Amino acid sequence: MSALLEIRDLTKDFGGLRAVAAFHLELRPGELVGLIGPNGAGKTTVFNLITGMISPTVGEIRLAGENLVGYPPHRITHRGIARTFQNIRLFNDLSVLDNVRIAYHPYAGYRLIEGVLRLPRFHRREREIVEQAHELLGIFGLSDRAPELARNLPYGDQRRLEIVRALAARPKLLLLDEPAAGMNAGEIQKLMELIHFIRDRFKLTLLLIEHQMRFVMSICERLAVMDFGEIIAEGTCREIQNDPKVIEAYLGKGVHTGGSGATPAAPPPEGRR
Amino acid sequence: MRLRAGWIALLCAAGLYLIVLITGRTGLLNPYWLQIFQFAGIMTVSGLGLNVIYGYTGQFSLGHAAFYGIGAYTAAFITKSAATGGWMLLPALLAGAVAAGLVAFLIGMPILRLRSDYLGIATLGFGIIVKVLFDNSDAVLPTLGGSRGMTGIPHFTSWTWVFLCVIGAVLLVRNFVYSSHGRACISVREDEIASEAIGINTTQYKTLGFVLGCSLAGLAGGLYAHLYTFLHPMNFDFLKSLDVLLIVVLGGLGSISGTVVAACAWTLLLEGLRVVLPTEILDWRLVIYPLLLIVVMLLRPKGLFGGNEFRFLKPEERR
Amino acid sequence: MTILIQQIINGLQLGFVYALIALGYTMVYGIVRLINFAHGDVFMVGAYFGFYAITRLALPFPLALLVAMAGCAVLGVTIERVAYKPLRRAPRIAALITAIGVSLFLEYFCSLRFVFGPDYRSFPRPFAVRNFDLGGVTVSNIQIMVFAVAIALLVLLQLFVQKTKTGMAMRAVSFDKDTARLMGIDVDLIISITFAVGSALAAAGGVLYGIAYPQINPFMGIMPGLKAFVAAVLGGIGIIPGAMIGALIMGLVEVLSAAFVSSTMRDAFAFGILILVLLVKPAGILGSSTQEKV
Repeated sequence: MSALLEIRDLTKDFGGLRAVAAFHLELRPGELVGLIGPNGAGKTTVFNLITGMISPTVGEIRLAGENLVGYPPHRITHRGIARTFQNIRLFNDLSVLDNVRIAYHPYAGYRLIEGVLRLPRFHRREREIVEQAHELLGIFGLSDRAPELARNLPYGDQRRLEIVRALAARPKLLLLDEPAAGMNAGEIQKLMELIHFIRDRFKLTLLLIEHQMRFVMSICERLAVMDFGEIIAEGTCREIQNDPKVIEAYLGKGVHTGGSGATPAAPPPEGRR
Repeated sequence: MRLRAGWIALLCAAGLYLIVLITGRTGLLNPYWLQIFQFAGIMTVSGLGLNVIYGYTGQFSLGHAAFYGIGAYTAAFITKSAATGGWMLLPALLAGAVAAGLVAFLIGMPILRLRSDYLGIATLGFGIIVKVLFDNSDAVLPTLGGSRGMTGIPHFTSWTWVFLCVIGAVLLVRNFVYSSHGRACISVREDEIASEAIGINTTQYKTLGFVLGCSLAGLAGGLYAHLYTFLHPMNFDFLKSLDVLLIVVLGGLGSISGTVVAACAWTLLLEGLRVVLPTEILDWRLVIYPLLLIVVMLLRPKGLFGGNEFRFLKPEERR
Repeated sequence: MTILIQQIINGLQLGFVYALIALGYTMVYGIVRLINFAHGDVFMVGAYFGFYAITRLALPFPLALLVAMAGCAVLGVTIERVAYKPLRRAPRIAALITAIGVSLFLEYFCSLRFVFGPDYRSFPRPFAVRNFDLGGVTVSNIQIMVFAVAIALLVLLQLFVQKTKTGMAMRAVSFDKDTARLMGIDVDLIISITFAVGSALAAAGGVLYGIAYPQINPFMGIMPGLKAFVAAVLGGIGIIPGAMIGALIMGLVEVLSAAFVSSTMRDAFAFGILILVLLVKPAGILGSSTQEKV
């Protein structure tokens, strides 16, 4: 099976600071991969590079063989990559429904003039868009909240709404930036089920950034670990748990775990610079 | 329920139109007030344009009067050059709107990249440059009059024309914002980064909002030229841009109803003060007006309507 | 060549006056993110305060200058407390519209007969004009005085902002208001001080403008205010040295284009330069475009 996403030699320099160094990654279709690492390792920068918000100094990002480097973000989204944000970026003064509907715009199916003149195609497509949006919202249990303003949703619902909005863009590859942040155990369980469901239902490939280790270990098939802009380890969850480089990155030098295979605790906050 | 509200609104509008038309024709309505009502309508169209640009697409433009002026001079030039009947107003108005839209497209390409306050400054600067060009216009086209002003414009604007343009503008803007393209513009206002990330070409939609809004300003300008029959560059300076901004913010950014109400209230207030105040303290008119402005802003910082609309303007949504 | 130098001197004179106004704009914007449209009218009121101090109170020029500066400091703080402070948590555009309202109010109130009246007045000269000839270039004692006073005030401002505790507090508040509050800084007081200092400088600009270009009227603040604001943006809004540089550039461009190209087009040149600079450096000459963190 050929790779859906191939990243080679990805490097990003901000002036004198090398935020990402020779990053490489391959995702096969349908995979659920986690990108982990201490704070400041460069994980969100990698997301920003993949989605075209910043351009790499060097490197290639290929989606189904096509090199996306240099495309504007909206074009990359059209090619099939959608994302959520570390600090939620919803359209706060718009309704839940509108937040999702906007993502359908590239597939709106009618021209500006048809909308202004309210021709039949407008009415038909708008109805279809609303139905599709409600269907997606229903999967995440947000359908009842459709008319509410996004800013009024509870935090967990806001995170889920962001995922729904990203799904509405019809991606092949979904990038989730800390989807479980601020959630309790029950919500995390629900989230895991949802992620599995949408992966199968919408034939997605997923790349997650996460700090909640229990969540990451349970859901991800493979992990890539970053530190100081580089990949320091890659492999299955079990392999990563026991990798001394990973342990050192999270806990510092001179700490021994004994290699029992126990799930490591969540990494200490801000221990690194 | 909503449909009924829509019919009531339509009937009220038709009623208003007929009342003003008849009282105007028969002389019951002072021709001065008839002119004021038409001016209120013109400010409404201009205000709706700025609302599209700033209220809906989030682009802070302080140069709106320049496009109003471009529309005015273009339309006036056409009717003066091809002096025929009153029907000439229609192509003239369209030409004014198109000219304004075209200039908006050309200037928009470079400057819409700028962020909020900087965009405001750049559009303000552009507005001043355009005004200076108007001042020197007679060097290129003598009919335009330069700093002496352009005279002899045929009085083609009528209450009917203004009313139709207002209704047309309201419908246009309303249908636009409640469509996918309108929502795309609104998403640019809400969060440009997120909007780009879900597939909206933000540059394209910023330009769309800007061009549409400036075209409406051009339309309003054409109506203005054929109402007062005299154009002077002073009417298109940056203080006039501030007037429209005032109206749009007072009414509530992102509210069509707000712009309509505020434009009419603002026009009528300024004129009403002229009537109400005794002659000795007439000068106080322009002192009271900004004080009222300050009071309204302190009491309702989001504008009279906030982001709300009259019910009959909103489309029916599935719950 | 001498004509060029002559016009450069004239341009710098104008630029220094703009700088005194521009500083108020840039400091206020830096601290509360407000474009204080009323600032140009504070400049106007300062000119009138100076005018009345000299003509009615027969004060000597330095004292009249101080009176004007003090009076406008009070005016600036009053405006801030009454019109802007209540809107600190409101959308930014609301404060902007209020600023426009204050500006219009000042202009029209001052043009009422019992206040300043709408007519042009001649600003008295503190001493007889004497011209000095320096190798073909004419410099008047008025010009020298304008340069001297303006430069002195600018230097004082820099010292105040960089070397005093209050100045440091001002910089802190403009950097991050909430953190400054947590550090124990009285943010409201600092904001008022900023308005006071900015208004005082504008008043000085008004008096100097009156002396240099001796006609004053209640609407004299509109265009200089606008140009000074543009100057502040040109140099990088919120950055004090930037406002100075931007103001000098605006003054020079205005005078030089009026002298060598076309007087009627001079405003177009000034604003044209602005747009060009913004397209190349979107945050102004000394500004740094801060990338939004995603």
